[in-house]
Amino acid sequence: MESNISDKTKWGLAAVSIPIMIWTIIPILWIVATSLKSDAALADPSKNMFGNFWPKSPSLDNYRLILTGGASELFNPALLNSIIICLVATFIAVLLATFCAYAISRLDFPGKRLILTTALAVSFFPVIAMVTPLFNLWRQIGLFDTKIGLIIPYLSLTVPLSIWTLSAFFQQIPWEMEQAAQVDGATSWQAFRKVIAPLAAPGVFTTAIIAFFTAWNDFVFAVNLTSSNNARTVPAALAFFTGASQFTQPTGAICAAAVIVTIPVVILVLLFQRRIVAGLTSGAVKG
Amino acid sequence: MSTAIDTGRSTAAGPKKAKLSDRARGERSLGWKLAGPAFLVMLFVTLYPIVYAIYLSLFNYRLTDPTGRRFVFLGNYVTALGDPLFWQAFVTTFIIVIVTLIFELILGMGIAMVMNKIVIPRRTLRTVVLIPYSIITVVSAFSWLYAAKFDTGFFNHWLNFFTFGAWDLNYDWFGGRWSSLLIICLSEIWKTTPFMSLLLLAGLAQVDSAQEEAAKVDGATWWQRLTKVILPNMKAALMVAVLFRTLDAVRIYDNPYVMTGGANKTLTLSMLVGTETIDRVEIGMGSALAVILFLIVLIIAFIFVKLFKVDLTGGRN
Repeated sequence: MESNISDKTKWGLAAVSIPIMIWTIIPILWIVATSLKSDAALADPSKNMFGNFWPKSPSLDNYRLILTGGASELFNPALLNSIIICLVATFIAVLLATFCAYAISRLDFPGKRLILTTALAVSFFPVIAMVTPLFNLWRQIGLFDTKIGLIIPYLSLTVPLSIWTLSAFFQQIPWEMEQAAQVDGATSWQAFRKVIAPLAAPGVFTTAIIAFFTAWNDFVFAVNLTSSNNARTVPAALAFFTGASQFTQPTGAICAAAVIVTIPVVILVLLFQRRIVAGLTSGAVKG
Repeated sequence: MSTAIDTGRSTAAGPKKAKLSDRARGERSLGWKLAGPAFLVMLFVTLYPIVYAIYLSLFNYRLTDPTGRRFVFLGNYVTALGDPLFWQAFVTTFIIVIVTLIFELILGMGIAMVMNKIVIPRRTLRTVVLIPYSIITVVSAFSWLYAAKFDTGFFNHWLNFFTFGAWDLNYDWFGGRWSSLLIICLSEIWKTTPFMSLLLLAGLAQVDSAQEEAAKVDGATWWQRLTKVILPNMKAALMVAVLFRTLDAVRIYDNPYVMTGGANKTLTLSMLVGTETIDRVEIGMGSALAVILFLIVLIIAFIFVKLFKVDLTGGRN
């Protein structure tokens, strides 16, 4: 905005940004801290620093418990389910949405607005409203508690989002360059491969990340349309850790599992921050 | 890029468009061939379930008693709307929606304004703020749950420290409705404010800085510049952000499910649909509640689009 920003404003804003960052970081630090606490330290303030926050003697026992120990039968299949289901739902969605967004941004045909409006309407559909009919239908046709039984409803999360995000990205591509390359003697395949694909790839990739996040985050379908390790994903498995033992709450194990599923996603965000921001806001402002 | 005016409502070419060139006709057919599959998938995965839900909602149908299934027409709706539990869930849901929305707007706007002008540490702030967005909601819920619990948590210890011992170390946040809702709202606000601030930041970027500068020269205070120049100029982005978040918050499920399981009158509408369907296997009643929730979302969207004239697809095609 203002290029000649005064020193006072500059340092004032830097000072304001500190509490914002602390507020953002504390819950993450907290879950890491809890995952490093031994069972004895969980509810014993004398074994922790900073007001029961950080353990005095951090231990990796909880990680051992969920990766190789007793809770691994619950966690490892869930992690695998999450990865498979979310990747498939993302792949199908991005594939379909790439064609759709290409048509919307490049071709002239009636119904473009209808498609975009539908995508928007579907993304604000109350997901729980799909659970009841799907629960009934899936039980009848044998899709209850299967991976396909989750991939299909996940498409309702990933497809509209992908269409919306990708069509915003595609509208910024200078498509004339394709013709320019052809004029210069490139075949249409060369023009696509050498000119269009490199321009479109970042948008497709970013869309895939955002779609994957959305599927990865789902809890409503995962908790209601599964009943065993067969298809249960991580968020649902975390909720069932609690029910597994009634007397000792597996607090540390849940936190360790939470950290494991959080770290890769946070790294993705840190790496592709700029693109993700562009993708997320493309739906709201003129693309 | 196409600049043709697109009325868009009808999918079939009308008779007045009969004299299209071959090229235009080819483009139309290719357009639908490419866009059609995605469109059909969207319809199949949402329209079909909701139509099926409407059908199921007309029956008194319990999975444990399949032979007892009988047609009751709107009976389930009458029962649902006459049930105090429904209205309690309704009120709980909207308390959460309104409280979180207000705080997300204020915090989101504040963060957006800082992000807009900050010089140091610009990159770091933008990255850090994105972290809560990338956290699974269930993980956020567990983090806040364990933080607030009196045995494993740190809230009581910190509050006790900052009030010089006045705060009860054994205060049970999940012992009552309002304190439970407070923690649920905190987790929700923490998780979604970054998204809000990014939407608002995109809106802020569209405000003409010359206008703001002019107001400053004319002696407008900071508050006057905010309310008279900045906010009116980003009204479109603001309304879209509010609508997005409202529709998202109405379906709140993960946070209360993990933290309270609906205890102490913290059951939300989405959770009510879930318990009715999965735990009580009342498919008919569950479907009726699902349809009611769907209608609530439709009404909210309609109010925003018609009354506040929010243009959602603005700028596209």
